[in-house]
Amino acid sequence: MLVRILVLLYLVGAPALAQTLCQPNASNGYRVRISIKTALGNQAYEWNENEMFLFQATMAFAMRRYYKTETYNVDNIIVCNQTRRVSFWFVVISPENPTMLIPKADVEKAVSALTTRLPCRPMSNSMSRHRINNAFLLTDRTLEFLGIHPTLAEPVNPDTPPWLIVFGVVIGAVFAGIIALLVSSLLQKRRKEKGMMEDGQDEEDRQMKGVENGINLDGIYNRGFTDDDRFTKL
Amino acid sequence: MPEEGMENSKGGEERPKWNNKAEYLLTCIGFAVGLGNVWRFPYLCQIYGGGAFLIPYLIALVFQGLPLLYLELAIGQRLRMGSIGVWNSISPYLGGVGVASMVVSLCVSLFYNTIVAWVLWYLFNSFQEPLPWSQCPLNHNNTGYVEECVESTPVNYFWYRKTLNITPNMETSGSLQWWMVVSLATAWSIVYICFIRGSRPSAVYVTATFPYLVLTIFLVRALTLPGSSEGLIYLFTPDVRPLSNPQVWLDAATQIFFSLSVAFGGLISFSSYNSQKNNCERDAVLVGVINSATSIYASIPIFAILGFKAHTNYVTCLNGNILALTNEFDISDMNITVENYEQWFDSLNGTHPSRVSDLNLKTCDLQTFLDQSASGTGLAFIVFTEAVISMPGSQVWAVLFFIMLFSLGLSSMFGNLEGVLTPLHDLKLVPKWMPNELFTALICLVLFLVSLIFTLGSGNYWLEIFNSYVGSVPLLIIAFFEIIAVAYIYGIGRFSDDLEFMTGHRPNIFWKVCWLVISPLMLFVVLVAYVAVQAQTHPTYPAWNPDYVNFPDTEVLPYPDWVFAICVLLSSVPVIFIPLVAIYRLICCMSGRHSEDPTSSVLSVVMAL
Repeated sequence: MLVRILVLLYLVGAPALAQTLCQPNASNGYRVRISIKTALGNQAYEWNENEMFLFQATMAFAMRRYYKTETYNVDNIIVCNQTRRVSFWFVVISPENPTMLIPKADVEKAVSALTTRLPCRPMSNSMSRHRINNAFLLTDRTLEFLGIHPTLAEPVNPDTPPWLIVFGVVIGAVFAGIIALLVSSLLQKRRKEKGMMEDGQDEEDRQMKGVENGINLDGIYNRGFTDDDRFTKL
Repeated sequence: MPEEGMENSKGGEERPKWNNKAEYLLTCIGFAVGLGNVWRFPYLCQIYGGGAFLIPYLIALVFQGLPLLYLELAIGQRLRMGSIGVWNSISPYLGGVGVASMVVSLCVSLFYNTIVAWVLWYLFNSFQEPLPWSQCPLNHNNTGYVEECVESTPVNYFWYRKTLNITPNMETSGSLQWWMVVSLATAWSIVYICFIRGSRPSAVYVTATFPYLVLTIFLVRALTLPGSSEGLIYLFTPDVRPLSNPQVWLDAATQIFFSLSVAFGGLISFSSYNSQKNNCERDAVLVGVINSATSIYASIPIFAILGFKAHTNYVTCLNGNILALTNEFDISDMNITVENYEQWFDSLNGTHPSRVSDLNLKTCDLQTFLDQSASGTGLAFIVFTEAVISMPGSQVWAVLFFIMLFSLGLSSMFGNLEGVLTPLHDLKLVPKWMPNELFTALICLVLFLVSLIFTLGSGNYWLEIFNSYVGSVPLLIIAFFEIIAVAYIYGIGRFSDDLEFMTGHRPNIFWKVCWLVISPLMLFVVLVAYVAVQAQTHPTYPAWNPDYVNFPDTEVLPYPDWVFAICVLLSSVPVIFIPLVAIYRLICCMSGRHSEDPTSSVLSVVMAL
């Protein structure tokens, strides 16, 4: 009989006790702010008791993953002060001792995602936040734990900046082009000079092409032939 | 007017021929359209509040740009000499005009190629995923984004910090930014190699049409963005208030001259390659009109995107306020929206004024955002990169756009370099033993070294100075002397005879009136008014200072005195050659060194060329 009364008292008193543990601005509690319409627009779902139950379950899940030894349950997550916004406060109580609150720092560690460069590993401690967000189809911005700042994923930083590679290709092509042009123009000049030095044969050939009735039909003034004496010799 | 390298004679034996009419037309168009249309015109438009600038611009085009363009094309075609030779043959006392053109071309080449270097830098960075200007980088301890980037935008941050690494004011010079030096070296190398190689006339089919294609794509994309209509209204609404400022008229005239490359000397050289019977009147009108039409066409997507940016900023500002109110008063999510924000604000302010004022809500005004979104030499870069990140396949669009800008800048650099190198050849300043390639390389190297000032931390501020003081007043003064020389010294009658010989008919009354009265008068009035206004006010410049109270607004600082002295120098050094050469010739004539007869001294000068 006494046991029954005690059990009854416990069953009635515990939630009442728990309610006193959870208060706005509690030292070990966190405030959560949820913006479903901002995140989902037309596909927003209604926030009701079932969703709240899911929240408690995911928090218990996060606590279990972090602590590994203790088994947290839904009733270890106590929620209070829900507003229309939607926002509410929650505290976490220890499964063994219902009067003991889990300190703020430990809850934060359980919730926040740690930054890693490695891809998402499902079995690690990190990415709890990621899982919590996904359970509600929300993001770090729309499911806020006030006081816990989400650490940002570090962008991939390659060793050589890509622009340097493109620049290297372009400047290499340009220098190759400059050298090729200069060499070819130099060779052309050498060839011209050689042509001027040679006596007779080349000139005669060239002259034969343009000569008809003794009249030179070269239309363009060819600067190579500046020596008039050779011209008239023919 | 195809480019055939430096070996082209001024005497006129080798005459390039057009394969067909389309090629000639496309070359004219390619010549008319340059960076000035896509980069400089929208930037000036934006400074003067959009639509206000169009009125003086169009007036300057009709009464100053077209007459001067026609004049330069005609005398080049008739006298068949470069800019130095032409002015010397009209009057030896006015030979300084050609020298002034050369100096202006030199100074403009310096900063113009820096813009090409910026384009190259952006082009190199477009080959990444994600584009580096699409997101903010993290700060040191990975707790958040870099503050400077968060307060402005990732695009602005990439321009001011990652590209320019700009210092907060002009006194702080900063150091040479190595990535900019590298880009500048690449730009000068590419200009050099393209210049000595020359280009094929058939390339003009691609190079002239490609910019229009890319601009049209951006136009279509820009018009689909929300808020674009506000930007367009901003562009096309005439506002007569800024018109009383002579600076607007000066900038309109200089933009026309800059864009048409008038008074640079390059046009005279190019037209000297035309056959004598070419209808240069039709060319001038065509090139001038196409040039201005392209400028306006290019500004439409820019202003549409500015409208989009302003709209986005406005919505973000409002959303910030909405979030603050929602969180403070625990109102249901999304009950306050952009539409009913005003009513909610009024009701909450009425019931809980103290709590509302504690929130420090920002005032969000669309017009303010339109006025201050982006200005200065970075406008085209900031606006187009903003557009690109909102398009699918951003890398492709970015690469396309920057290749277009690069080709525009490159083709204009040919004209600038021509305006520098040809007079140097004409003035016999080239040693005989030096081959052309080496001389061109030397000039490019010297110009590269001098333009390293634009790669300093404060380089952008210097570029704006060069842009405002070299690419403006000297052009007008040179243009003024050119018109006076042809209309009064050469003689309008003689000039009309030449035009009749070339085009087949005498110039009509509009051209004559412009050359004789309207253009020189307008130039003179604008110059005098400008000098008068400048003497009274101390010029200022917008500085990017992250520590500024109103950041991301630019801080308006006055130019230090030594900088102002440099500005005056920049404006006056090119034009000082005009009186200098006149005095020199006078002294030579009076001392009788060449001969007593001035006409034979003219002949001897002409022969020497």
